[in-house]
Parts: sequence; structure tokens; C-alpha cells
Amino acid sequence: MGAAEGQRDRIGAKYGMWFFLFTEILFFGGMFILYAVYRSKYPAEFHASAGEENLLLGSINTAVLLTSSLFMAVAISAVKKGSYRLSVVFQAATILMGLAFLAIKAVEWYEKVARGIYPNSPVLDKMKMGEILFFGLYYVMTGIHGVHVFIGVCVISFMVYFTLTGNVTQENYSKIENTGLYWHFVDIVWIYLFPLFYLIT
Amino acid sequence: MVRDAVEREDHIGSYGTYILIWAALMVLLAVTIIVAKVEVSKYSVLLNLFIATVKAGLVLFFFMHLKYERGFLKGLLLMVLLILASVIGLTFSDVWYR
Amino acid sequence: MEEITAQYESFYHEKGRYKGILSWLMSTDHKRIGIQYLCALLAFFSIGVLLGLLMRLNLIMPGKIIGQETYNRVFSVHGIVMIFLFIIPGIPVAFGNFFLPIMIGARDVAFPRLNRFTWWTYLAGATLVVISLFAAGGAPDTGWTFYAPYSIRAKANITLAVAGVFVLGFSSILTGINFVTTIHRLRAPGVTWQNLPLFVWTLYATGWVQLLATPVLAITLIFIILGRVFGVGFFDPAKGGDPILYEHLFWTYSHPAVYIMILPAMGIISEVIPVFARKKIFGYRAVVYSALGIASVGYFVWGHHMFTSGMSDTARIIFSFITFLVAVPTGVKIFNWVGTLYKASIVGNAPMYFALTFIFLFSIGGLTGLIIGSLEPNLHLHGTYFIVAHFHYVMFGGVGFAILAGLHYWFPKMSGRMYEERPAKIGWFILFVGFNVLYFSMFILGYEGMPRRYFDYPPRYFTLHLVSTIGSWILAMGLAIIAGNLLSALFRGPKAPADPWGGRTLEWTIPSPPPAENFAETPVVRD
Repeated sequence: MGAAEGQRDRIGAKYGMWFFLFTEILFFGGMFILYAVYRSKYPAEFHASAGEENLLLGSINTAVLLTSSLFMAVAISAVKKGSYRLSVVFQAATILMGLAFLAIKAVEWYEKVARGIYPNSPVLDKMKMGEILFFGLYYVMTGIHGVHVFIGVCVISFMVYFTLTGNVTQENYSKIENTGLYWHFVDIVWIYLFPLFYLIT
Repeated sequence: MVRDAVEREDHIGSYGTYILIWAALMVLLAVTIIVAKVEVSKYSVLLNLFIATVKAGLVLFFFMHLKYERGFLKGLLLMVLLILASVIGLTFSDVWYR
Repeated sequence: MEEITAQYESFYHEKGRYKGILSWLMSTDHKRIGIQYLCALLAFFSIGVLLGLLMRLNLIMPGKIIGQETYNRVFSVHGIVMIFLFIIPGIPVAFGNFFLPIMIGARDVAFPRLNRFTWWTYLAGATLVVISLFAAGGAPDTGWTFYAPYSIRAKANITLAVAGVFVLGFSSILTGINFVTTIHRLRAPGVTWQNLPLFVWTLYATGWVQLLATPVLAITLIFIILGRVFGVGFFDPAKGGDPILYEHLFWTYSHPAVYIMILPAMGIISEVIPVFARKKIFGYRAVVYSALGIASVGYFVWGHHMFTSGMSDTARIIFSFITFLVAVPTGVKIFNWVGTLYKASIVGNAPMYFALTFIFLFSIGGLTGLIIGSLEPNLHLHGTYFIVAHFHYVMFGGVGFAILAGLHYWFPKMSGRMYEERPAKIGWFILFVGFNVLYFSMFILGYEGMPRRYFDYPPRYFTLHLVSTIGSWILAMGLAIIAGNLLSALFRGPKAPADPWGGRTLEWTIPSPPPAENFAETPVVRD
């Protein structure tokens, strides 16, 4: 059947994934356009608000996500070399790192919400316009990025299952390779979000 | 036929390379934080974005194996980035001159 | 269709696990998916036509049939249904799905299950849009453009409708990915970039536009939803947001979307004209490069929708200039089609009638586009019926007639039946007359200053509105004759041969309707 044929075309599957990542670039690109425009309109407010972000947690989260990318890369190489148990260990480690990232993110959000800073809140609406926009962008961009991390964690969980059941093997590893591409891409998005929200003080 | 293509185009990254890249990423993370904290000049924002681009490049070329892909895919990625840059540029032709 | 059992079994025969309706919904066969899409598209097109007729009817007796509020909802829903549910998915999902794999000698698309998933997401998105029409709160009244900040404050069911359009966009992106990958990976031996059928080439260009433009719409729609649900004020001036930025992001998608609609239409015309002119296309390479040129330059002209929005003068001049650039590859295509017709032995079958009409109407649409693409006339004509007439000439006169050309060209292949030529041509003639009466009077109305989307107007516009409305009745009659003819052919038409037209592309080498896996053995093309 056509389906099976398509599955075996590893390069075709990889191209498909890259094309999907291209759409993701423009999807996040739309948010970066908004960020760029509003930052150029309200430089002083953006400058001040970024100082309110928790740089320590943000930096830890960057390190966590970069490390998870390392684990993912190792897990894929392990599959290609046939060391499935090693791969499963590193896939699990990637998932843990992803969850840790989300947990730290949740703490950050919680801190801000506790101070009354969230979209449409009475506290935020009294602030300057540039600050309303900065925190709006912060919630939306880190939120949508977080959704991507969550989806990634779910997909990698399936990959663990597939590796254990012999669905992902040394000969047939398109699935996990494409999952890796997605995970690294989500990492790259964070690499840009980090300076834009935490470092422009 | 497909199998041959798989054997030729396949690349298995070594664990050592990956760890080196990870170390480089960590060093760049530290540098970018220091740059931001020290506030060398008003260009530190641009410098930080440049560092971010280097980090993204390392992830793209090594973790995502772009280095080992054919020029076709690299060219497409470049085209996508140029399109995004042009869209931002055209939007700013409005925002800056309004 | 069950009688056609001689020698082979067509894809209409159920062979899989599922019976009845499920054998369609669960199918990964690109032909079954294409047929289902086609049925859904035609259903939504009919709804859109009915809403359009209702609008025209109101405009000759404002207030007698529907109220002002309802009128706003009717033109919004007309736009949303026609654009997001019919014409943007349009040619790629119906004809593209059915013929792209066959034309490149493949058994299916690259990702058949993803293809089925796009059909499901299309259904899901369409369902959300339909629910938004009837749920409490009322159908959207923002126009199809969902302009902020009104769309953020309006009480109607904008959130549902916007969510539906988001899901439809997702479906569109995945179709684009699937087609581009298919064209790269699944060409049969001998099918090269130099002899790829032109319809496939335009689908390729369209696929890239779908891939690279639709995500911008997706994120913009998410901003609208977040604005409505969580009060994130990105486009709300009260919170520092910039409504013009919404227009930028919206048109960054919605202008390339015009090329998602028109490029595959041009592809159909580039297939039909050479077949019925009994000649090879004049300047194959020019047609290909102009398609790629339109796709790439078309990405950077969105600002011409915003000349009166308060955008900077610099941006207005830049966008006006780039708009003129995009007319060049479009002109190249028209010259190639006309060049193909020159000294050709033209056969006058129904598909050719529609294709030639396409050239005529699309040229009018394109040339009036130049008028409103230049800055000064635009300031006068923007937001008038001139714009309405212009984009209906491009969308209906262009894409609509191309769909009708494709429908008559490929009907024998898709259904295995032949239709009657005479009623098809009578329907074509009535449609052509009705179309011009309906929309050409709008050019004059707009030139005289009648604003679009208005419920009522001063009496001096009445005559032209009346002419236009009568045109809408003639047009509907033409459509009815065409539809009736094809429907009766579906049940009573004689069996179609494999190649009724003398076509050169691969779909005409296999029986009508095609067998389940298209080719018994992979074809090899020698040119």
C-alpha cells in the first residue's frame, strides 16, 4: 500500500518534518514581529519590565532545555547504533528535563500571578501601556512555547513506547529522528525567547 | 533503491561531538548572561541576539544534522529566514515612518 | 457507478475494512479523499451563492427582507464560507488530491494518513464555523477579515468562527507539506522538473505559499482569541496595542492566500488550453518561472490592502511598487496562453469554453487590479464596490471559471461518465452573461462612490443595483443548468473512455474511473 511505501521513505519523511518546521518558524515569526514592533514603540517600558523577570529561573530553564536537547540527540544516535536500552534511558531523561522546564515555568508564572500581573488583571491594566504589552507578550510567547514543549513531551513518551515495542529500530527510525528535529526546534525558539524577555534590562 | 539512499544519506552523530556542542552552548549561555549584566554598551541587546543566533546555529548544524544535509535543505531554510526578515522589514517600513 | 466491473475494479469499489460511509471517511486513498473534498466544497459553494443572492435581493429593497444587523452577518458569512471553506482549499484539495499523484505516476501522496487527517481537520474546522452561525450570540458580523479591535469587542460568535478558521488553516498547511513532499519524492521515472505537468508545478508553488503564509494567519487568529478570552490587548489601542498591526499580520497571510487560490487555477488553464488547442503549451519554462515568480513576489505585496488604513507613506509607496512587479509574471502567463492559441486547431468543447472565459474575465480582474494597485486611484476607490467587482472578477471569473473548466475537463475521469455538451455550453453562456451583468455594474457603482458593505444607499444608485441583482439571478440560473447537467450525467451519462479529449498527461493513460492504486505498474515517461 501507499501508506507503507511512504513510511519507508525516510528522506521523504524527514523533508516533511523540515517543511513543518518552516511553518513553525513563520508561526513564531508572527509573534516576534509583534515583539519587535512593540519593543521599538516602548523601549523604556520593555527595558524596565524585563528587569522584573526572574533571571535565575530563566537561566536555569535555558540550561535545562539545552541539556534536554543533548539527551535527545544522544537517544537518536543510540537508536541508530542499535543500543535501544541506552536510547530509552536518554529519552526518559529528555522527558524529565521537559517536565522540569514546564515546572520551573509554572513557578515563574505563579510568582507573577500572585503579584497580580496577568492579562486583564486590575494591577496590570493600571500599568503603562508598554508594560501591559510586555507582560502580555511574555505570557503569550512563553505560553505557546510551553504548549510546544508539552506536545514534545507527549510525543517523546510515545517514542519510548515505540522503542520498547520494536516499532522504532535501527532500520526504521524516521519517527524518533523527526521527533528530535521538532524538539531541537522548540529549543531554538527558547534560545531566542530567553534574551528577549530576561536579558534586555 | 530507497535503501541505498538511506545508507548514503544517513549520519550517526558521535556522543563526543554532542557533548562538546552542549559544553559550547553552556559557555555561550554564561557569556550571554554576563554581557547582559555588565551592560557593556547599548549594543548589548544586539550582541545577545548574535550570541543566540550562534547557539541556534550550533543546535541546527549539529543536533539537527543540518551540516550533513544536502545544499537543497540549507537553501530552503535560508529562503524561509529571508522571507521572515523581509516581512519584518516591510512591516517596519510602516512602523518606523508612520 | 457499480456497473463498471469489466476487466478491472475502480476505486469506487469497497475493498477495505470499512463499509458504507466509513469506507470513505476512513479511506487513505487520495482519490476518495479528493471526491469527498469536492462534495463538501460544492455544498459550501451553494450556501455561499444563496447568501450572495440574499444580499443582492436586499440591495434592491433595503430593509424589506432582512434587517441591518442580519445584513452584516450575511455578508460576513458569505465571505467566510466562500473564502475559507470553498476557494482557499478549493482546487488543491479536490483536483490536486485526485490528480497530483496520478499526474506524476505515483500510487498515492507521500503521507496518505496525513492526507486523511487533513480531511478530518477540514471537517472539524467547517463544523466549528457552522456552529458559530447558529450558537447563541449570533453569526459573525465583522466581515471575513475579522478586523481588530471590533472583532475583539463584538458580541457575536467570533471566537468560534476564528477557531474554525484556525483549524482550517492547519488542514491547509498539512496539505501543502504533503503535496510539496510528494512532488519531491514520488515522481515516476522520467517525470522530471522539466516535463512536470503544469498543474503539478502550480500545486508545488501553491504548496510553498500554503506552508509559509498560513502560519502567520494562525498566530494572528490566536491573538484574536486570546484578546477575546483573556483580554490580551495586542490590537487594542486602550492597552497600547496597534490595530494596524493586525491588518499587517492578517494580510501577510491573506494576500498570499489570493495566490493559493489563483495559482492552481492557472495550472488547470495551462492543462486545458494545450489539450483543446491540439498544441504543446507555448513557453513551458516561462509558465513555470512565472508561477514561481508570482508565488514569491506575491508574498510581499500585502500592504496594498491597507492604503487607507493610516499606514506610513513610505510603506504605501513601497507596497504599490511591489504590487506592480507581481503583474509582470501574471502578464507572462496570459501571453503564453494566447500564444498557445495562435494558429492552433482549436476544439470547442465545454472545458475550453470555460478556460477561454477564464482568460477574458481574469484579464479584466487583473487589469482593474492595476488601477487600484496604484496609490492615487486607490484612495478614491478603496472600500467601494469597485473593489468588490475587482476581486469577484479575479476570484469567481478567475478561480471559479477555472474550477468549472477543471470540473468539465476531469469529470469523465473522476466519475467514469460523459456529460452532454449542449446543456454545458448553454449553462456556460447564461453564466457568462449573468456574471458580467452582476459584477460589471459593480465597477460603475464603485466608481460613482457606492461604499461596500453598506445596507442602504441614496436613490441615485438604485438603477445599477437593480441591474446587478438581475445579473445575480441570471448567474444563478446558469449555475443551476451546469449543476443539473453534471448531476444527470452522474446517473445517466454514457460510460467515459480512458481518454475522451486526447490529453497528454498520465491520468488519461489509465481507465475512467481509475483503479484503486492508479497504475498496475509504475509508468515510465519518455519525452
